[in-house]
Amino acid sequence: MGLDITWAVDWVRRSAQVISEHRVELITLDREIGDGDHGENMDRGFQAVLPKLDDLAAGSTPGDVLKLVATTLISTVGGAAGPLYGTAYLKAAAAAGSAVSLDGPAIAAILTAARDGVVARGKAETGDKTMIDALTPAVDAADAAAAAGVDAAGVFAAAADAAEAGALATEPLVARKGRASYLGERSAGHRDPGAESSALLLRAAADAAAASAGA
Amino acid sequence: MATPEKVGVLFVSHSAAIAAGLVELARQMAPTAALVAAGGTDDGRIGTSFDLVTAGIAEADSGRGVVVLCDLGSAILTAETALDFLDDEVRERVRIVDAPLVEGGVAAAVAAEAGDPLDVVVAAAESARGPAIAASAGATTGAAPADVAPTAAAAPGYTRSIRLVNSDGLHARPAAELVKLASTFPQKVTVNGTDAKSLLGIMSLGLTKGAQVDITSRDLSGREAVDALAALAESGFGEA
Repeated sequence: MGLDITWAVDWVRRSAQVISEHRVELITLDREIGDGDHGENMDRGFQAVLPKLDDLAAGSTPGDVLKLVATTLISTVGGAAGPLYGTAYLKAAAAAGSAVSLDGPAIAAILTAARDGVVARGKAETGDKTMIDALTPAVDAADAAAAAGVDAAGVFAAAADAAEAGALATEPLVARKGRASYLGERSAGHRDPGAESSALLLRAAADAAAASAGA
Repeated sequence: MATPEKVGVLFVSHSAAIAAGLVELARQMAPTAALVAAGGTDDGRIGTSFDLVTAGIAEADSGRGVVVLCDLGSAILTAETALDFLDDEVRERVRIVDAPLVEGGVAAAVAAEAGDPLDVVVAAAESARGPAIAASAGATTGAAPADVAPTAAAAPGYTRSIRLVNSDGLHARPAAELVKLASTFPQKVTVNGTDAKSLLGIMSLGLTKGAQVDITSRDLSGREAVDALAALAESGFGEA
């Protein structure tokens, strides 16, 4: 069973809620190794998307929702997360195209496009202690799940599990990109806030997909 | 706000005060070029704004292009994202330059003021990265007038030797005046061995009042340029 516009809107609402709930946690993580604005910026960005969901035209697709998130985050987030997440959602929207419903392989494809967009924008590689360290394991897990014939909700569940493990695994790493890289060795021992927010957003997607599948 | 026939310069900073300050500083040497600040977020916090950067590019662009200088990481990401959203035709003439904000911005502004094309303004900003300054200034670093004069006299070409009369020496504004005038001539002219068209090179000479200034062109047709620059220096750049 594919994921449609209802799922996409639900994902955004759940994202806004989970980011809001973890706002302080993200701020704390970012304050330890960055400039401390990640939770606040992401919260502002997703809160700005919410009212725009009501203005979506009838017949909008998941791709339209992803594009709305992209342009809103780019305009409102302010820190590096704005262009990076904005690019991720924009590339995901392009990969989703005008499809009304997304199946497992389509979900794997939009996650791959999103991750590739972030890599192209931020030039980070695996192990640099960035959101890529959550996104790349998520893409790999999604690809494997889709190839095994798992449905869309299952693909997102696999991606979310892998992203959470990836975010956790950033703790011992020394940052090589972004503001945290100025700290050098001192960045080790702290979880990367961007990897953490990526994991939260993918978990929200998986939860929305599970709710959609159960409906 | 874009100035016809001139390249624009956009300063992107996390801080509105820094971006505005850079415009103010560079404006001193580039009174008519389009210098635009895109600092802080839309609501005045620390950060960078896609919308301010996009509007800034439009404001600075006269059709001859825009040089964009950025501070910390996400300013560059925001600027790159803004470029992605431009029409292809506009994007081709907008360049994000990796250069020190202050020195690179001032150098770019002076080149823009002189009416230089985009590539030259980009090169002026990039000349502030360091090694180039050291190389151009190296020839004269620590050279007292007495050391320079014989070399200059022995060199082929046309030289005018004058003494700086203005009280503050060749500081930023007069240096910019000199560079602007030198840039109006096609011939290569040097000031104490440093390219007269390089603002950072001229400023790094650190010439003070009373210093000997050898203005030289080895170009056979460079006489007029040398005389014009010598006249400007002798006039004290309009300063006491």
